[in-house]
Amino acid sequence: MNQDTATAEAVNINQDVGDFSFPEDYAYDAGTGLSEKTVEYISGVKKEEKWILDFRKKALKIFEGKPLPTHWASKDLENIIFNDIRYYLAKGQQPTRSWDEVPDDVKETFERLGIPEKERKFLAGVEAQFDSEAAYSNVKVELEKEGVIFVNSTEGLREHPEIFRKWFGKVIPTGDNKYSALNSAVFSGGSFIYVPPGVKVKHPLQAYFRINAENFGQFERTLIIVDEGAEVTYMEGCTAPKFETATLHSAVVELVAMPNAKIQYITVQNWSANVFNLVTKRAVAYENAEVRWIDCNIGSRLTMKYPGVVLKGRKARGEVISIALANDGQHQDTGAKMIHAADETTSNVISKSISVGTGRSTYRGMVHIPKHLKGCRNNTECDALLINANSRTDTYPAITVKGNQHVTQHEASVSQVSEEQIFYMKQRGLNEAEAMSLSVNGFVNDLVREFPMEYSVELKRLIDLEMENSVG
Amino acid sequence: MSQVLSIKNLKASVAGQEILKGLNLEVPQGEVHAIMGPNGSGKSTLAKVLAGHEDYEVISGEASMDGEDLLAMEIDERSRAGFFLAFQYPHEIPGVSIANFIRAARQARLGKGDELDAVAFYKEMYGKMDELKIDRSFTGRSVNEGFSGGEKKRLEILQMMMLEPKYAVLDETDSGLDIDALKIVAAGVNAMRSPQRGFLVITHYQRLLDYIVPDVVHVLYKGKIIKTGGKDLALELEEKGYDWVIQEFADKEVAVEA
Repeated sequence: MNQDTATAEAVNINQDVGDFSFPEDYAYDAGTGLSEKTVEYISGVKKEEKWILDFRKKALKIFEGKPLPTHWASKDLENIIFNDIRYYLAKGQQPTRSWDEVPDDVKETFERLGIPEKERKFLAGVEAQFDSEAAYSNVKVELEKEGVIFVNSTEGLREHPEIFRKWFGKVIPTGDNKYSALNSAVFSGGSFIYVPPGVKVKHPLQAYFRINAENFGQFERTLIIVDEGAEVTYMEGCTAPKFETATLHSAVVELVAMPNAKIQYITVQNWSANVFNLVTKRAVAYENAEVRWIDCNIGSRLTMKYPGVVLKGRKARGEVISIALANDGQHQDTGAKMIHAADETTSNVISKSISVGTGRSTYRGMVHIPKHLKGCRNNTECDALLINANSRTDTYPAITVKGNQHVTQHEASVSQVSEEQIFYMKQRGLNEAEAMSLSVNGFVNDLVREFPMEYSVELKRLIDLEMENSVG
Repeated sequence: MSQVLSIKNLKASVAGQEILKGLNLEVPQGEVHAIMGPNGSGKSTLAKVLAGHEDYEVISGEASMDGEDLLAMEIDERSRAGFFLAFQYPHEIPGVSIANFIRAARQARLGKGDELDAVAFYKEMYGKMDELKIDRSFTGRSVNEGFSGGEKKRLEILQMMMLEPKYAVLDETDSGLDIDALKIVAAGVNAMRSPQRGFLVITHYQRLLDYIVPDVVHVLYKGKIIKTGGKDLALELEEKGYDWVIQEFADKEVAVEA
């Protein structure tokens, strides 16, 4: 068996594998619709402290007061019926440390997705979330000894309030946007990670988010704090079965990189085509710290996601590398935010999108370099590939640079897979789907190299599947 | 069934203009045929039609390979059935390495579920690259991207060697080659000559045929084969040009009409 196959088998997540669900049997169900009662219910089930409940209630008010951002974003947002959504579903499970204690149907779900197997193979720790709550959470003993904390956010709030509370909601304020406010009101699950000063976590930590129920909203909340000189790589994967009606995923992810720290955050999402995926992700990087977002968006009905880095300390570095594939009827509205807030900070944004059939990909970028700073640099590159004549792409780069002591560079390109190129490949014996797939893989190839081996193999397979289905 | 690449009374047009006007040609297995002709006679159109390019419309006639109807097959089916075209202008495929491209083409020839043996594949490919004096580091480069004319043509021959077609059409493979590259390419083709394989070498110049010596030479003019001869015909054309062949053909046409 060659290495590619071995790795592909080790990381067995694909759309077909993900397309199954179990009958619902929940001990805790907040019902449909959203009100103060829903928020109280969730907080009550979690036995939260009063400050958290107050935080949630305040967020609900902000959510209700904010209009939909349809003055600049897709009108499709109007099709989310907030009152039809179920905001909290749980089996009443406490996350277990031993795989054997996980409830059978949940265990079967994650086993079919390859989670425990992956943990054995190359992960330092793994957390698996089934609907609202974590079902399984484990971190290798040696990391625990070094003081690394990797738990779900509910447990993080309860067990480590001294670290959690200081940063919670500070990188992304509740009122940042309508969906961050929604998340702040009803959040459940997500990861909480703390890496103590100087600890370099060699293997990636991984979380897996799985939606099992229809009409459900998943609102995980992740907070990662990497202390001075420490390093961590975090990877998340997301799937949902194909339901008839819309499902909402609205996460908030906050990262804090203390001086000289390094964080790499990798997402490979493979949502089914009815998921609204509205996610707010932002990091703050202190002096000489480095934050890299590597983001791969496949599937969903509408994804809106613009990972950002606030470059707060001198020589901090921020990077967003993203790949988006919009298939028939899908809209990937993605990009990056780079806020330069200290001298000699650098940011790099590289985005590649592929639009297939009536798929639409949008790049939105925001780079802000104020006048009083010196020696900042930004590089932005966005390339779009259109597969069919009716495919669509838009680019909205907003680069604000004040002062004259900075270097910025922006390049954008739109290309189409040429018929001559496909003819050439077919003449060598590849069918239409294989030729398209190879072209698309070639287009994203330089970015895929940035992914860990296991994920790049997986990504290639997902692209193959998408192209196979689109060509028919 | 006779083992032959057979073209019968083939008429084809591009953008509404008829280019091939009743072309007849047979390339039996084991032989090398050359097609020569002045510019605009339809040489490259023939290559594209045989490969199945969608811009070219077949009006009437037949083309078959060992009795199999080529024209009824998709482009990729023709390839997998054993038809190879070495392109005059090979296309770039950004981001796709030569190794991955050839590997995908080989994989496409295997049954579902069969995996290519990667170690054996690389060993074979490196051997053939050495023959064609292609540096092994090229396997990691994107297909044809930033290649010189000579490098592109050598890569075409490498692909032909790796895919082992039954019939290969070389479309002006000599264009843009210096004499050293020409010798290397010709040596590659000669090494592939076998009783089980037929070649159709399209060229504008006799020079290539000094190195790939054909069994038969055809002259194509205004979409028809107007003369067929042995390898000496190429030398004669080089020396005297095409005018005498065209005149001879015109006289014959007049004679037939009269």
